[in-house]
Amino acid sequence: MTVVADVTRLRGHELAARLRSGELSSRDITLAHLELAERQNHALNAWLVIEREKALAEADAADARVAAARDEGQGALDALHPLLGMPVALKDLISVAGGQCTAGSRILEGYVAPYDAHITERLRDAGAVILGKTNMDEFAMGSSNEYSGFGPVSNPWDLDTVPGGSSGGSAAAVAAYHSPFGLGTDTGGSIRQPAALTGTVGLKPTYGRVSRYGIVAFASSLDQIGPFARDSRDAAALLHAVAGRDDRDSTSAPVPVPDELLRLPGSDDEAAAWLRGKRLGLPAEYFVKGMEPGVETRIREAVDALESAGATIEEVSLPHTDYGLATYYIVVPAEASANLARYDGVRYGRSIRLPGADFIADYLATRGDGFGPEVKRRIMLGTYALSAGYYDAFYLKAQKVRTLIKRDFDEVFESGIDALVAPTSPSVAFKFGARTADPVAMYLSDACTLPANMAGIAGVSLPCGLSDGLPVGLQFIGPPWSELELLRFGRAYEAITADAEWRSLEPAQLAMADDPAGPTPVQRAARLAA
Amino acid sequence: MAGLTRADVEHVAFLARLRLTDAELDRLEGQLNHILDQYAKLSELDTSAIPPTAQTIELENILREDVAGPSLAVEDVIRNAASTDGDFIVVPPILGGDAG
Repeated sequence: MTVVADVTRLRGHELAARLRSGELSSRDITLAHLELAERQNHALNAWLVIEREKALAEADAADARVAAARDEGQGALDALHPLLGMPVALKDLISVAGGQCTAGSRILEGYVAPYDAHITERLRDAGAVILGKTNMDEFAMGSSNEYSGFGPVSNPWDLDTVPGGSSGGSAAAVAAYHSPFGLGTDTGGSIRQPAALTGTVGLKPTYGRVSRYGIVAFASSLDQIGPFARDSRDAAALLHAVAGRDDRDSTSAPVPVPDELLRLPGSDDEAAAWLRGKRLGLPAEYFVKGMEPGVETRIREAVDALESAGATIEEVSLPHTDYGLATYYIVVPAEASANLARYDGVRYGRSIRLPGADFIADYLATRGDGFGPEVKRRIMLGTYALSAGYYDAFYLKAQKVRTLIKRDFDEVFESGIDALVAPTSPSVAFKFGARTADPVAMYLSDACTLPANMAGIAGVSLPCGLSDGLPVGLQFIGPPWSELELLRFGRAYEAITADAEWRSLEPAQLAMADDPAGPTPVQRAARLAA
Repeated sequence: MAGLTRADVEHVAFLARLRLTDAELDRLEGQLNHILDQYAKLSELDTSAIPPTAQTIELENILREDVAGPSLAVEDVIRNAASTDGDFIVVPPILGGDAG
């Protein structure tokens, strides 16, 4: 048997090939990732729970499926899903029956999920191995993971910086090689922005592509589940595993999931050739005020590379982009305040019952004690925006502007543009504490990602180099149901930059996470605040 | 747009069923007003002829067959409740007593 130097450095499709050839078992793969995650979580805090025993049992079941397929013949081996036997990191708002599901909130500490989410069932069907649950901003509200009820997460590129959010734990886990695959949710950029800040690939599918059954709800007209991986092929395979109609989520759409997601080209020449003649729109409004020059340089270089490889680049305008932030921060808090009304301390979650007090006092105490600062802020905003006398001025107005934002995209795609190419985040990873004092500064982190959520369309972020030693994310945005095309753009971009020096670099401070005496993210954040 | 007073913030907190400390109320008064200032930008747009968008996919009236299916096991559901009695969840009294 060939010795694999470090199993954790392989991509999912490379692991899958070795699993089928017999070179590696799922148990080998799972153990290697578990050991790394357990060793480094002290320094990264990416995981809220690592499920070693359950993961190893799932790995053994996967190995049994591989063995049975091998007995059957090559056809059966080829028919196995690429996720079979592969480790996956789940954001801790995805229900796994019998396990915790905190959504990053103290109010859900101790809650045990009574059932599997739809996507958990789909992962089990594919034979994936759930390594554990990852850290996140509380109820997915945040862009830095600093609003987790369970401490911040360090970015493996610089342990004093944030990994982005809200899916910061899944992003950091994939960037740090703790898992080749991760799942997150994206309401305004919560997959793409942390993917950008950690140098990983993150996809937000079209609203309705993936069932939200069994996911803790945040803003129901925008939330969407999507994959993290270290390349486009793996992101495509994971999307394939979880996407599709589910009767239990009436907003999941009966749109076929293309099997071509499993056949993105392995050959760089083939992947790059696909670009020829494609029309990419460059939206002027996405080069926002306050964008870091180093980020803009990397994006312009990526656009030049795409053009040199045969894509047509056209300047386009999405004139209502600048209204996105205000619109988003009305619609989202409104939906969140309604969704989070369910946390009353009666059926589940933290509960405070004051002796002799009435039930309203119990609610006030339970919620005041259980929710963190950003969640309280959004509930307050949403409650205000929906309250009598303000509904038309805020919520209805925002919904109308949402129409204008959506029309901007419709018009660009109707003109024949295949996809938009843009920055994912106006900045690279920032230091702990840099944006927590000013909510509006934090909200600006999502200026380039939230319009796609408002319009319900798909977007993907891919690493495109470094600025000041930290990853920069390149975003492709496409029309509804364009995930396959977006990942083909991603695969093509990977092919034309395959030899770039930055691709060979590992996260600069990852080795420091091996030091068992090193500071935790909580200690780092406290030191920076001092 | 009109700013929120301290009394407004306290009222909204009560509507939202959030018990907040004085320090939290102070901080939120400033932050909410700062955020509301950003909303004012939307008044630049004439939206009188624009229909609202509540959701983005063109699916309507998704119904399922009215067929009974298995439910979750009682013990899996009530294990998460703060207070239970047999197969029941004990809820705070909402009628009578001091709560009126």
